[in-house]
Amino acid sequence: MPMVKISIQALSLQYADGTESLRGINLDIHANAITVLFGPAGGGKSSLLRCLNRLNDLTEVRTLAGRILVDGQDILDPKTDVIALRRKVGMVFARPVVLPFSIRGNLTYGLELAGERRKSRLDEAVETSLRQVALWDEVKDRLDDPAIALSGGQQQRLCLARVLALRPEVILLDEPTSGLDPISTGKVEASLQELKRNHTIILVPHSIQQAARVADYAAFFLQGELIEYAPGADLFTAPRDKRTGDYITGRFG
Amino acid sequence: MKAFSINRHIVQRLGFSFLTLITTLTFVPVVWVILYIINKGAPAISWEFISGFPHDGMRAGGILPAIVGTIYLTLGTAIFSVPLGIGAAIYLSEYAADNTLTRLIRLAIINLAGIPSVVYGLFGLGLFVIFLNFGTSILAASLTLSIMTLPVIISTAEEALRSVPQAFRTVSISMGGTQWQTIRRIVLPEALPGIITGVILGLERAAGETAPILFTGAAFFLPRLPHSPFDATMALPYHLFVISTQVPEMPVQIQYGTALVLLTFVVIMNLTATFIRSRARAKRQW
Ligand SMILES: Nc1ncnc2c1ncn2[C@@H]1O[C@H](COP(=O)(O)OP(=O)(O)OP(=O)(O)O)[C@@H](O)[C@H]1O
Ligand SMILES: [Mg+2]
Repeated sequence: MPMVKISIQALSLQYADGTESLRGINLDIHANAITVLFGPAGGGKSSLLRCLNRLNDLTEVRTLAGRILVDGQDILDPKTDVIALRRKVGMVFARPVVLPFSIRGNLTYGLELAGERRKSRLDEAVETSLRQVALWDEVKDRLDDPAIALSGGQQQRLCLARVLALRPEVILLDEPTSGLDPISTGKVEASLQELKRNHTIILVPHSIQQAARVADYAAFFLQGELIEYAPGADLFTAPRDKRTGDYITGRFG
Repeated sequence: MKAFSINRHIVQRLGFSFLTLITTLTFVPVVWVILYIINKGAPAISWEFISGFPHDGMRAGGILPAIVGTIYLTLGTAIFSVPLGIGAAIYLSEYAADNTLTRLIRLAIINLAGIPSVVYGLFGLGLFVIFLNFGTSILAASLTLSIMTLPVIISTAEEALRSVPQAFRTVSISMGGTQWQTIRRIVLPEALPGIITGVILGLERAAGETAPILFTGAAFFLPRLPHSPFDATMALPYHLFVISTQVPEMPVQIQYGTALVLLTFVVIMNLTATFIRSRARAKRQW
Protein backbone atom coordinates (compact mmCIF):
# COMPACT_ATOMS: atom_id res chain seq x y z
CA MET A 1 0.00 0.00 0.00
CA PRO A 2 1.50 3.39 -0.96
CA MET A 3 2.00 6.01 1.69
CA VAL A 4 -0.99 8.14 2.68
CA LYS A 5 -0.05 11.82 2.45
CA ILE A 6 -3.39 13.37 3.29
CA SER A 7 -6.19 11.74 5.24
CA ILE A 8 -9.56 13.45 5.05
CA GLN A 9 -11.90 12.27 7.79
CA ALA A 10 -15.63 13.00 8.05
CA LEU A 11 -15.18 16.40 6.46
CA SER A 12 -18.31 18.50 6.17
CA LEU A 13 -18.49 22.07 4.96
CA GLN A 14 -21.42 24.43 4.95
CA TYR A 15 -21.07 27.97 3.59
CA ALA A 16 -22.55 31.00 5.33
CA ASP A 17 -25.54 31.02 2.96
CA GLY A 18 -26.43 27.49 4.03
CA THR A 19 -25.07 25.62 0.99
CA GLU A 20 -23.79 22.22 2.09
CA SER A 21 -20.89 21.74 -0.28
CA LEU A 22 -19.21 18.76 1.43
CA ARG A 23 -21.02 16.04 3.37
CA GLY A 24 -18.98 13.64 5.47
CA ILE A 25 -16.07 13.08 3.10
CA ASN A 26 -13.60 10.29 3.94
CA LEU A 27 -10.68 10.10 1.57
CA ASP A 28 -7.03 9.01 1.80
CA ILE A 29 -4.77 10.72 -0.73
CA HIS A 30 -1.64 8.79 -1.66
CA ALA A 31 1.79 10.30 -1.95
CA ASN A 32 3.56 10.39 -5.31
CA ALA A 33 0.40 9.85 -7.30
CA ILE A 34 -2.15 11.88 -9.18
CA THR A 35 -5.54 11.81 -7.52
CA VAL A 36 -8.35 13.14 -9.63
CA LEU A 37 -11.52 14.64 -8.13
CA PHE A 38 -14.27 14.67 -10.73
CA GLY A 39 -18.02 14.96 -11.05
CA PRO A 40 -20.72 17.35 -12.19
CA ALA A 41 -20.72 21.08 -11.42
CA GLY A 42 -21.38 22.06 -7.84
CA GLY A 43 -20.22 18.72 -6.49
CA GLY A 44 -17.79 20.29 -4.03
CA LYS A 45 -14.48 19.57 -5.77
CA SER A 46 -13.20 23.14 -5.58
CA SER A 47 -14.47 23.48 -2.03
CA LEU A 48 -12.46 20.44 -1.01
CA LEU A 49 -9.30 21.74 -2.68
CA ARG A 50 -9.69 25.09 -0.91
CA CYS A 51 -9.96 23.27 2.42
CA LEU A 52 -6.67 21.50 1.80
CA ASN A 53 -4.60 24.68 1.98
CA ARG A 54 -7.04 26.61 4.15
CA LEU A 55 -7.94 29.03 1.37
CA ASN A 56 -11.49 28.71 2.67
CA ASP A 57 -10.34 30.95 5.49
CA LEU A 58 -11.04 33.80 3.04
CA THR A 59 -14.68 32.80 2.59
CA GLU A 60 -17.50 32.98 5.07
CA VAL A 61 -18.16 29.49 6.34
CA ARG A 62 -20.91 28.45 8.72
CA THR A 63 -19.66 25.03 9.76
CA LEU A 64 -16.53 23.12 8.99
CA ALA A 65 -16.38 19.74 10.74
CA GLY A 66 -14.05 16.77 10.53
CA ARG A 67 -10.32 16.45 10.21
CA ILE A 68 -7.73 16.80 7.48
CA LEU A 69 -4.46 15.13 8.39
CA VAL A 70 -1.48 16.17 6.32
CA ASP A 71 1.50 14.04 7.35
CA GLY A 72 -0.53 13.15 10.44
CA GLN A 73 -1.11 16.78 11.52
CA ASP A 74 -4.68 18.10 11.57
CA ILE A 75 -4.47 21.26 9.46
CA LEU A 76 -7.93 22.41 10.56
CA ASP A 77 -6.54 22.80 14.06
CA PRO A 78 -6.60 26.54 14.90
CA LYS A 79 -2.96 26.29 16.00
CA THR A 80 -1.84 25.30 12.48
CA ASP A 81 0.76 27.57 10.89
CA VAL A 82 -1.36 28.46 7.87
CA ILE A 83 1.46 30.25 6.07
CA ALA A 84 3.73 27.20 6.30
CA LEU A 85 0.84 24.98 5.23
CA ARG A 86 0.21 27.04 2.11
CA ARG A 87 3.85 26.75 1.12
CA LYS A 88 3.71 23.02 1.60
CA VAL A 89 0.36 22.63 -0.19
CA GLY A 90 0.39 24.82 -3.30
CA MET A 91 -2.60 25.71 -5.47
CA VAL A 92 -2.99 26.34 -9.19
CA PHE A 93 -6.24 27.96 -10.25
CA ALA A 94 -8.46 27.45 -13.27
CA ARG A 95 -7.78 30.80 -14.87
CA PRO A 96 -4.08 31.61 -14.98
CA VAL A 97 -3.57 34.66 -12.79
CA VAL A 98 -0.14 36.08 -13.46
CA LEU A 99 0.87 38.72 -10.98
CA PRO A 100 1.62 42.19 -12.40
CA PHE A 101 5.37 41.58 -12.41
CA SER A 102 7.96 40.24 -14.82
CA ILE A 103 8.22 36.50 -15.51
CA ARG A 104 11.07 36.34 -13.02
CA GLY A 105 9.12 38.43 -10.51
CA ASN A 106 6.24 35.98 -10.63
CA LEU A 107 8.55 33.07 -9.87
CA THR A 108 10.47 34.70 -7.06
CA TYR A 109 7.40 36.23 -5.42
CA GLY A 110 6.64 33.31 -3.10
CA LEU A 111 10.25 32.91 -2.01
CA GLU A 112 10.57 36.62 -1.35
CA LEU A 113 7.46 36.47 0.82
CA ALA A 114 9.25 33.78 2.79
CA GLY A 115 12.21 36.13 3.25
CA GLU A 116 14.61 34.68 0.66
CA ARG A 117 16.91 37.47 -0.58
CA ARG A 118 19.92 35.60 -1.95
CA LYS A 119 20.10 36.18 -5.68
CA SER A 120 21.76 32.83 -6.36
CA ARG A 121 18.90 30.98 -4.64
CA LEU A 122 16.27 33.00 -6.47
CA ASP A 123 17.94 32.51 -9.87
CA GLU A 124 18.24 28.82 -9.23
CA ALA A 125 14.57 28.55 -8.29
CA VAL A 126 13.57 30.43 -11.45
CA GLU A 127 15.48 28.07 -13.71
CA THR A 128 14.56 24.85 -11.91
CA SER A 129 10.85 25.58 -11.75
CA LEU A 130 10.69 26.74 -15.38
CA ARG A 131 12.43 23.55 -16.49
CA GLN A 132 9.96 21.47 -14.50
CA VAL A 133 7.11 22.85 -16.60
CA ALA A 134 9.10 22.81 -19.87
CA LEU A 135 8.96 26.59 -20.16
CA TRP A 136 12.64 27.40 -19.68
CA ASP A 137 13.64 27.25 -23.33
CA GLU A 138 10.68 29.35 -24.36
CA VAL A 139 11.28 32.23 -21.95
CA LYS A 140 14.89 32.11 -20.78
CA ASP A 141 15.82 35.11 -22.93
CA ARG A 142 13.03 37.32 -21.70
CA LEU A 143 12.74 36.65 -17.99
CA ASP A 144 12.38 40.36 -17.28
CA ASP A 145 9.48 40.92 -19.67
CA PRO A 146 6.01 41.38 -18.20
CA ALA A 147 4.48 37.97 -17.55
CA ILE A 148 1.17 39.11 -19.01
CA ALA A 149 2.79 39.06 -22.47
CA LEU A 150 2.94 35.24 -22.41
CA SER A 151 0.29 33.15 -24.18
CA GLY A 152 -2.51 31.62 -22.11
CA GLY A 153 -0.85 28.21 -22.09
CA GLN A 154 2.49 29.68 -21.12
CA GLN A 155 0.83 31.72 -18.39
CA GLN A 156 -0.75 28.63 -16.89
CA ARG A 157 2.57 26.78 -16.93
CA LEU A 158 4.14 29.85 -15.33
CA CYS A 159 1.51 29.68 -12.59
CA LEU A 160 2.41 26.03 -12.01
CA ALA A 161 6.11 26.91 -11.98
CA ARG A 162 5.41 29.71 -9.51
CA VAL A 163 3.94 27.18 -7.10
CA LEU A 164 6.81 24.74 -7.74
CA ALA A 165 9.38 27.42 -6.90
CA LEU A 166 8.18 27.14 -3.30
CA ARG A 167 9.08 23.42 -3.34
CA PRO A 168 5.67 22.29 -2.14
CA GLU A 169 4.99 18.68 -1.22
CA VAL A 170 1.40 18.70 -2.40
CA ILE A 171 0.08 20.46 -5.51
CA LEU A 172 -3.61 21.22 -5.91
CA LEU A 173 -4.83 22.00 -9.42
CA ASP A 174 -8.39 23.18 -10.07
CA GLU A 175 -9.20 22.66 -13.75
CA PRO A 176 -5.79 24.03 -14.72
CA THR A 177 -6.24 23.34 -18.42
CA SER A 178 -9.82 24.49 -18.85
CA GLY A 179 -8.88 27.43 -21.05
CA LEU A 180 -6.01 25.79 -22.92
CA ASP A 181 -5.61 24.26 -26.35
CA PRO A 182 -4.83 20.51 -26.63
CA ILE A 183 -1.11 21.06 -27.12
CA SER A 184 -0.74 23.26 -24.04
CA THR A 185 -2.94 20.81 -22.14
CA GLY A 186 -0.62 17.99 -23.18
CA LYS A 187 2.40 19.92 -21.92
CA VAL A 188 0.79 20.51 -18.53
CA GLU A 189 -0.23 16.87 -18.23
CA ALA A 190 3.29 15.76 -19.16
CA SER A 191 4.71 18.03 -16.46
CA LEU A 192 2.36 16.49 -13.93
CA GLN A 193 3.54 12.99 -14.81
CA GLU A 194 7.11 14.14 -14.10
CA LEU A 195 6.14 15.97 -10.94
CA LYS A 196 4.37 13.07 -9.29
CA ARG A 197 7.71 11.40 -8.64
CA ASN A 198 8.39 13.94 -5.92
CA HIS A 199 4.98 15.44 -5.23
CA THR A 200 1.49 14.48 -4.25
CA ILE A 201 -0.88 15.81 -6.88
CA ILE A 202 -4.61 16.43 -6.57
CA LEU A 203 -6.28 17.49 -9.79
CA VAL A 204 -9.79 18.55 -10.69
CA PRO A 205 -9.81 17.73 -14.41
CA HIS A 206 -11.67 19.76 -16.98
CA SER A 207 -13.08 16.67 -18.70
CA ILE A 208 -13.71 12.99 -18.05
CA GLN A 209 -11.19 12.20 -20.79
CA GLN A 210 -8.53 14.09 -18.91
CA ALA A 211 -9.54 12.36 -15.70
CA ALA A 212 -9.16 8.96 -17.32
CA ARG A 213 -5.81 9.94 -18.91
CA VAL A 214 -4.02 11.10 -15.80
CA ALA A 215 -5.72 9.47 -12.81
CA ASP A 216 -3.74 7.11 -10.63
CA TYR A 217 -6.66 7.37 -8.26
CA ALA A 218 -10.05 8.86 -8.97
CA ALA A 219 -12.78 10.13 -6.69
CA PHE A 220 -16.28 10.79 -8.00
CA PHE A 221 -18.15 13.64 -6.27
CA LEU A 222 -21.85 14.23 -6.52
CA GLN A 223 -23.65 17.01 -4.64
CA GLY A 224 -21.12 17.17 -1.85
CA GLU A 225 -20.78 13.43 -1.39
CA LEU A 226 -17.96 11.13 -2.32
CA ILE A 227 -19.69 8.40 -4.31
CA GLU A 228 -16.79 6.23 -5.32
CA TYR A 229 -13.04 6.21 -4.85
CA ALA A 230 -10.74 3.72 -6.56
CA PRO A 231 -7.58 3.44 -8.62
CA GLY A 232 -8.18 5.20 -11.92
CA ALA A 233 -7.67 2.04 -13.96
CA ASP A 234 -10.50 0.35 -12.08
CA LEU A 235 -12.91 3.23 -11.72
CA PHE A 236 -12.96 4.21 -15.37
CA THR A 237 -13.20 0.68 -16.72
CA ALA A 238 -15.44 -0.96 -14.13
CA PRO A 239 -17.21 1.57 -11.90
CA ARG A 240 -18.94 -0.07 -8.94
CA ASP A 241 -21.61 2.57 -8.36
CA LYS A 242 -24.28 3.02 -11.00
CA ARG A 243 -24.13 6.83 -10.71
CA THR A 244 -20.41 6.80 -11.45
CA GLY A 245 -21.00 4.65 -14.49
CA ASP A 246 -23.81 6.87 -15.73
CA TYR A 247 -21.67 9.96 -15.39
CA ILE A 248 -18.65 8.44 -17.12
CA THR A 249 -20.70 7.18 -20.03
CA GLY A 250 -22.45 10.52 -20.32
CA ARG A 251 -25.97 9.44 -19.28
CA PHE A 252 -25.94 12.02 -16.56
CA GLY A 253 -26.33 15.73 -15.83
CA MET B 1 -38.44 49.19 -43.77
CA LYS B 2 -36.07 51.41 -45.68
CA ALA B 3 -37.58 54.61 -44.39
CA PHE B 4 -37.33 53.28 -40.90
CA SER B 5 -33.61 52.63 -41.15
CA ILE B 6 -32.96 56.06 -42.64
CA ASN B 7 -34.88 57.54 -39.77
CA ARG B 8 -32.72 55.75 -37.31
CA HIS B 9 -29.61 57.19 -38.92
CA ILE B 10 -31.03 60.68 -38.77
CA VAL B 11 -31.92 60.26 -35.12
CA GLN B 12 -28.44 58.98 -34.46
CA ARG B 13 -26.90 61.97 -36.25
CA LEU B 14 -29.08 64.42 -34.38
CA GLY B 15 -28.23 62.77 -31.09
CA PHE B 16 -24.52 63.02 -31.72
CA SER B 17 -24.74 66.63 -32.85
CA PHE B 18 -26.70 67.50 -29.75
CA LEU B 19 -24.17 65.84 -27.45
CA THR B 20 -21.28 67.52 -29.25
CA LEU B 21 -23.00 70.87 -28.85
CA ILE B 22 -23.55 70.36 -25.12
CA THR B 23 -19.97 69.24 -24.61
CA THR B 24 -18.73 72.31 -26.44
CA LEU B 25 -20.97 74.54 -24.37
CA THR B 26 -19.48 73.27 -21.14
CA PHE B 27 -16.03 73.78 -22.56
CA VAL B 28 -16.52 77.37 -23.67
CA PRO B 29 -16.83 79.06 -20.27
CA VAL B 30 -13.74 77.28 -18.95
CA VAL B 31 -11.62 78.41 -21.86
CA TRP B 32 -13.12 81.85 -21.67
CA VAL B 33 -12.30 82.27 -17.97
CA ILE B 34 -8.76 81.04 -18.50
CA LEU B 35 -8.12 83.29 -21.51
CA TYR B 36 -9.68 86.25 -19.74
CA ILE B 37 -7.46 85.83 -16.70
CA ILE B 38 -4.34 85.28 -18.80
CA ASN B 39 -5.15 88.32 -20.89
CA LYS B 40 -5.72 90.60 -17.92
CA GLY B 41 -3.15 89.13 -15.59
CA ALA B 42 -0.17 88.43 -17.83
CA PRO B 43 1.03 92.06 -17.95
CA ALA B 44 1.44 92.01 -14.16
CA ILE B 45 3.67 88.93 -14.15
CA SER B 46 7.32 89.73 -13.67
CA TRP B 47 10.18 88.37 -11.60
CA GLU B 48 9.58 91.14 -9.10
CA PHE B 49 5.89 90.23 -8.83
CA ILE B 50 6.69 86.61 -8.01
CA SER B 51 9.71 87.15 -5.79
CA GLY B 52 8.96 90.46 -4.09
CA PHE B 53 7.02 91.60 -1.03
CA PRO B 54 3.93 93.74 -1.39
CA HIS B 55 4.27 97.42 -0.53
CA ASP B 56 2.30 100.67 -0.74
CA GLY B 57 -0.60 99.02 1.06
CA MET B 58 -0.33 96.02 -1.29
CA ARG B 59 -1.00 98.26 -4.28
CA ALA B 60 2.49 97.59 -5.61
CA GLY B 61 5.30 95.08 -5.35
CA GLY B 62 5.07 91.31 -5.40
CA ILE B 63 3.08 88.50 -3.84
CA LEU B 64 5.90 86.24 -2.60
CA PRO B 65 4.46 85.80 0.93
CA ALA B 66 1.16 84.64 -0.51
CA ILE B 67 2.85 82.18 -2.89
CA VAL B 68 5.07 80.78 -0.16
CA GLY B 69 2.12 80.65 2.25
CA THR B 70 0.02 78.62 -0.17
CA ILE B 71 2.92 76.23 -0.68
CA TYR B 72 3.31 75.84 3.10
CA LEU B 73 -0.40 75.28 3.58
CA THR B 74 -0.53 72.70 0.80
CA LEU B 75 2.47 70.84 2.21
CA GLY B 76 1.05 71.08 5.73
CA THR B 77 -2.26 69.68 4.52
CA ALA B 78 -0.43 66.87 2.74
CA ILE B 79 1.52 65.91 5.86
CA PHE B 80 -1.68 65.25 7.80
CA SER B 81 -4.19 64.17 5.19
CA VAL B 82 -2.10 61.88 2.98
CA PRO B 83 -0.99 59.24 5.52
CA LEU B 84 -4.29 59.42 7.36
CA GLY B 85 -6.36 59.26 4.18
CA ILE B 86 -4.43 56.40 2.60
CA GLY B 87 -4.40 54.52 5.90
CA ALA B 88 -8.16 54.87 6.24
CA ALA B 89 -8.66 53.78 2.64
CA ILE B 90 -6.52 50.67 3.16
CA TYR B 91 -8.48 49.85 6.27
CA LEU B 92 -11.84 50.30 4.55
CA SER B 93 -10.91 48.42 1.41
CA GLU B 94 -8.77 45.60 2.79
CA TYR B 95 -9.58 45.02 6.44
CA ALA B 96 -12.97 46.37 7.46
CA ALA B 97 -15.73 43.81 7.73
CA ASP B 98 -18.89 44.68 5.84
CA ASN B 99 -20.94 45.63 8.90
CA THR B 100 -22.99 48.51 10.25
CA LEU B 101 -19.97 50.32 11.67
CA THR B 102 -18.17 50.29 8.32
CA ARG B 103 -21.28 51.49 6.56
CA LEU B 104 -21.62 54.32 9.07
CA ILE B 105 -18.00 55.32 8.49
CA ARG B 106 -18.55 55.37 4.73
CA LEU B 107 -21.71 57.41 5.15
CA ALA B 108 -19.84 59.88 7.35
CA ILE B 109 -17.10 60.24 4.74
CA ILE B 110 -19.61 60.92 1.98
CA ASN B 111 -21.36 63.51 4.10
CA LEU B 112 -18.07 65.10 5.13
CA ALA B 113 -17.40 65.71 1.45
CA GLY B 114 -20.63 67.65 1.13
CA ILE B 115 -20.11 70.08 3.99
CA PRO B 116 -19.56 73.71 2.86
CA SER B 117 -15.98 74.79 3.35
CA VAL B 118 -16.87 77.74 5.57
CA VAL B 119 -18.24 75.25 8.09
CA TYR B 120 -14.85 73.59 8.17
CA GLY B 121 -13.40 77.02 8.83
CA LEU B 122 -15.62 77.55 11.87
CA PHE B 123 -14.89 74.04 13.12
CA GLY B 124 -11.15 74.65 12.76
CA LEU B 125 -11.49 77.91 14.63
CA GLY B 126 -13.24 76.21 17.51
CA LEU B 127 -11.07 73.10 17.71
CA PHE B 128 -7.57 74.01 16.57
CA VAL B 129 -7.30 77.76 17.07
CA ILE B 130 -9.14 78.13 20.36
CA PHE B 131 -9.55 74.78 22.11
CA LEU B 132 -6.15 73.31 21.22
CA ASN B 133 -4.68 76.79 21.44
CA PHE B 134 -2.69 76.64 18.18
CA GLY B 135 -3.71 80.23 17.48
CA THR B 136 -4.27 81.60 14.02
CA SER B 137 -1.47 79.62 12.42
CA ILE B 138 -0.24 77.54 9.53
CA LEU B 139 -0.70 74.50 11.79
CA ALA B 140 -4.36 75.23 12.55
CA ALA B 141 -5.12 76.10 8.93
CA SER B 142 -3.36 72.98 7.62
CA LEU B 143 -5.28 70.77 10.03
CA THR B 144 -8.54 72.39 9.00
CA LEU B 145 -7.73 71.94 5.32
CA SER B 146 -6.72 68.34 6.06
CA ILE B 147 -10.12 67.50 7.48
CA MET B 148 -11.73 69.02 4.43
CA THR B 149 -9.42 67.10 2.08
CA LEU B 150 -9.63 63.71 3.82
CA PRO B 151 -12.94 62.56 2.31
CA VAL B 152 -11.65 63.16 -1.22
CA ILE B 153 -8.44 61.26 -0.56
CA ILE B 154 -10.15 58.41 1.27
CA SER B 155 -12.81 57.79 -1.33
CA THR B 156 -10.54 58.01 -4.37
CA ALA B 157 -7.87 55.89 -2.71
CA GLU B 158 -10.42 53.30 -1.62
CA GLU B 159 -11.77 53.11 -5.13
CA ALA B 160 -8.26 52.68 -6.52
CA LEU B 161 -7.55 49.88 -4.05
CA ARG B 162 -10.81 48.13 -4.84
CA SER B 163 -10.11 48.18 -8.56
CA VAL B 164 -7.10 45.90 -8.07
CA PRO B 165 -8.32 42.44 -9.15
CA GLN B 166 -9.33 40.18 -6.26
CA ALA B 167 -7.53 37.28 -7.93
CA PHE B 168 -4.14 38.89 -7.19
CA ARG B 169 -4.95 38.83 -3.50
CA THR B 170 -6.14 35.22 -3.59
CA VAL B 171 -3.01 34.09 -5.41
CA SER B 172 -0.74 35.92 -3.01
CA ILE B 173 -2.49 34.49 0.05
CA SER B 174 -2.50 31.00 -1.48
CA MET B 175 1.29 31.24 -1.82
CA GLY B 176 1.76 31.87 1.86
CA GLY B 177 1.63 35.65 1.80
CA THR B 178 0.24 37.49 4.79
CA GLN B 179 -2.46 40.04 4.19
CA TRP B 180 -0.04 42.89 4.82
CA GLN B 181 2.59 41.45 2.44
CA THR B 182 -0.12 41.16 -0.19
CA ILE B 183 -1.16 44.77 0.30
CA ARG B 184 2.36 46.14 0.35
CA ARG B 185 3.75 44.18 -2.58
CA ILE B 186 0.78 43.98 -4.94
CA VAL B 187 -2.28 45.98 -4.00
CA LEU B 188 -0.63 49.28 -3.05
CA PRO B 189 1.77 49.46 -6.01
CA GLU B 190 -1.07 48.68 -8.41
CA ALA B 191 -3.37 51.26 -6.83
CA LEU B 192 -0.70 53.92 -6.39
CA PRO B 193 -1.38 55.95 -9.56
CA GLY B 194 -5.06 56.20 -8.67
CA ILE B 195 -4.19 57.11 -5.10
CA ILE B 196 -1.75 59.82 -6.17
CA THR B 197 -4.34 61.27 -8.52
CA GLY B 198 -6.84 61.50 -5.68
CA VAL B 199 -4.26 63.04 -3.37
CA ILE B 200 -3.39 65.72 -5.88
CA LEU B 201 -7.02 66.53 -6.63
CA GLY B 202 -7.70 66.83 -2.91
CA LEU B 203 -4.67 69.04 -2.27
CA GLU B 204 -5.51 71.14 -5.29
CA ARG B 205 -8.85 71.94 -3.77
CA ALA B 206 -7.19 72.77 -0.45
CA ALA B 207 -4.73 75.10 -2.18
CA GLY B 208 -7.53 77.12 -3.73
CA GLU B 209 -9.82 77.44 -0.70
CA THR B 210 -10.36 80.67 1.23
CA ALA B 211 -13.10 79.94 3.72
CA PRO B 212 -11.37 77.21 5.78
CA ILE B 213 -8.26 79.33 6.35
CA LEU B 214 -10.09 82.59 6.86
CA PHE B 215 -10.46 82.15 10.63
CA THR B 216 -7.69 79.64 11.18
CA GLY B 217 -4.45 80.81 9.62
CA ALA B 218 -4.74 83.48 6.97
CA ALA B 219 -3.11 86.86 7.51
CA PHE B 220 -4.32 90.04 5.85
CA PHE B 221 -0.80 91.33 5.36
CA LEU B 222 2.62 90.16 6.54
CA PRO B 223 5.81 92.04 5.71
CA ARG B 224 7.85 88.83 6.08
CA LEU B 225 7.64 85.09 5.47
CA PRO B 226 6.31 82.90 8.30
CA HIS B 227 9.00 81.47 10.58
CA SER B 228 7.22 78.57 12.21
CA PRO B 229 4.06 76.46 11.95
CA PHE B 230 2.60 78.65 14.69
CA ASP B 231 2.80 81.80 12.54
CA ALA B 232 -0.12 83.01 10.52
CA THR B 233 0.52 83.29 6.81
CA MET B 234 -0.65 85.03 3.70
CA ALA B 235 -2.13 82.75 1.06
CA LEU B 236 -3.01 83.24 -2.59
CA PRO B 237 -6.79 82.72 -2.47
CA TYR B 238 -7.26 84.89 0.62
CA HIS B 239 -4.89 87.52 -0.74
CA LEU B 240 -6.93 87.61 -3.91
CA PHE B 241 -10.08 88.10 -1.87
CA VAL B 242 -8.45 90.88 0.14
CA ILE B 243 -7.06 92.85 -2.79
CA SER B 244 -10.29 92.44 -4.73
CA THR B 245 -12.66 93.62 -2.02
CA GLN B 246 -10.85 95.17 0.93
CA VAL B 247 -8.28 97.50 -0.60
CA PRO B 248 -9.55 100.67 -2.27
CA GLU B 249 -7.91 101.85 -5.49
CA MET B 250 -6.27 98.51 -6.09
CA PRO B 251 -4.69 98.21 -9.54
CA VAL B 252 -6.74 95.67 -11.50
CA GLN B 253 -3.56 94.25 -13.02
CA ILE B 254 -2.33 93.01 -9.66
CA GLN B 255 -5.65 91.36 -8.93
CA TYR B 256 -5.62 89.44 -12.18
CA GLY B 257 -1.92 88.74 -11.88
CA THR B 258 -2.58 87.10 -8.50
CA ALA B 259 -5.47 85.14 -9.96
CA LEU B 260 -3.21 83.97 -12.79
CA VAL B 261 -0.56 82.76 -10.35
CA LEU B 262 -3.16 80.85 -8.34
CA LEU B 263 -4.62 79.38 -11.52
CA THR B 264 -1.17 78.30 -12.70
CA PHE B 265 -0.51 76.65 -9.34
CA VAL B 266 -3.71 74.63 -9.57
CA VAL B 267 -3.28 73.79 -13.24
CA ILE B 268 0.24 72.48 -12.65
CA MET B 269 -1.11 70.16 -9.94
CA ASN B 270 -3.89 69.04 -12.22
CA LEU B 271 -1.55 68.32 -15.12
CA THR B 272 0.69 66.31 -12.80
CA ALA B 273 -2.29 64.18 -11.80
CA THR B 274 -3.28 63.65 -15.43
CA PHE B 275 0.28 62.78 -16.38
CA ILE B 276 0.62 60.19 -13.61
CA ARG B 277 -2.70 58.65 -14.49
CA SER B 278 -2.00 58.31 -18.20
CA ARG B 279 1.50 56.98 -17.57
CA ALA B 280 0.09 54.33 -15.25
CA ARG B 281 -2.66 53.40 -17.68
CA ALA B 282 -0.08 52.80 -20.41
CA LYS B 283 1.94 50.60 -18.08
CA ARG B 284 -0.96 48.65 -16.60
CA GLN B 285 -0.48 44.91 -16.91
CA TRP B 286 -4.01 43.61 -16.56
N1 LIG C 1 -18.12 31.02 -1.35
C1 LIG C 1 -19.24 30.29 -1.45
N2 LIG C 1 -20.34 30.66 -0.76
C2 LIG C 1 -21.48 29.93 -0.85
N3 LIG C 1 -21.63 28.83 -1.58
C3 LIG C 1 -20.56 28.40 -2.29
C4 LIG C 1 -19.32 29.11 -2.26
N4 LIG C 1 -18.44 28.46 -3.07
C5 LIG C 1 -19.13 27.39 -3.56
N5 LIG C 1 -20.38 27.35 -3.10
C6 LIG C 1 -21.41 26.32 -3.38
O1 LIG C 1 -20.91 25.09 -2.91
C7 LIG C 1 -21.25 24.06 -3.81
C8 LIG C 1 -19.99 23.35 -4.26
O2 LIG C 1 -19.23 24.26 -5.03
P1 LIG C 1 -17.81 23.93 -5.63
O3 LIG C 1 -17.30 25.14 -6.29
O4 LIG C 1 -16.98 23.31 -4.59
O5 LIG C 1 -18.20 22.82 -6.72
P2 LIG C 1 -17.31 22.21 -7.89
O6 LIG C 1 -17.46 20.74 -7.75
O7 LIG C 1 -15.95 22.77 -7.87
O8 LIG C 1 -18.10 22.69 -9.16
P3 LIG C 1 -17.53 23.10 -10.61
O9 LIG C 1 -17.31 21.84 -11.36
O10 LIG C 1 -18.62 23.91 -11.20
O11 LIG C 1 -16.27 23.88 -10.40
C9 LIG C 1 -22.01 24.70 -4.94
O12 LIG C 1 -23.39 24.52 -4.67
C10 LIG C 1 -21.64 26.15 -4.85
O13 LIG C 1 -22.70 26.95 -5.30
MG1 LIG D 1 -14.84 24.04 -9.19
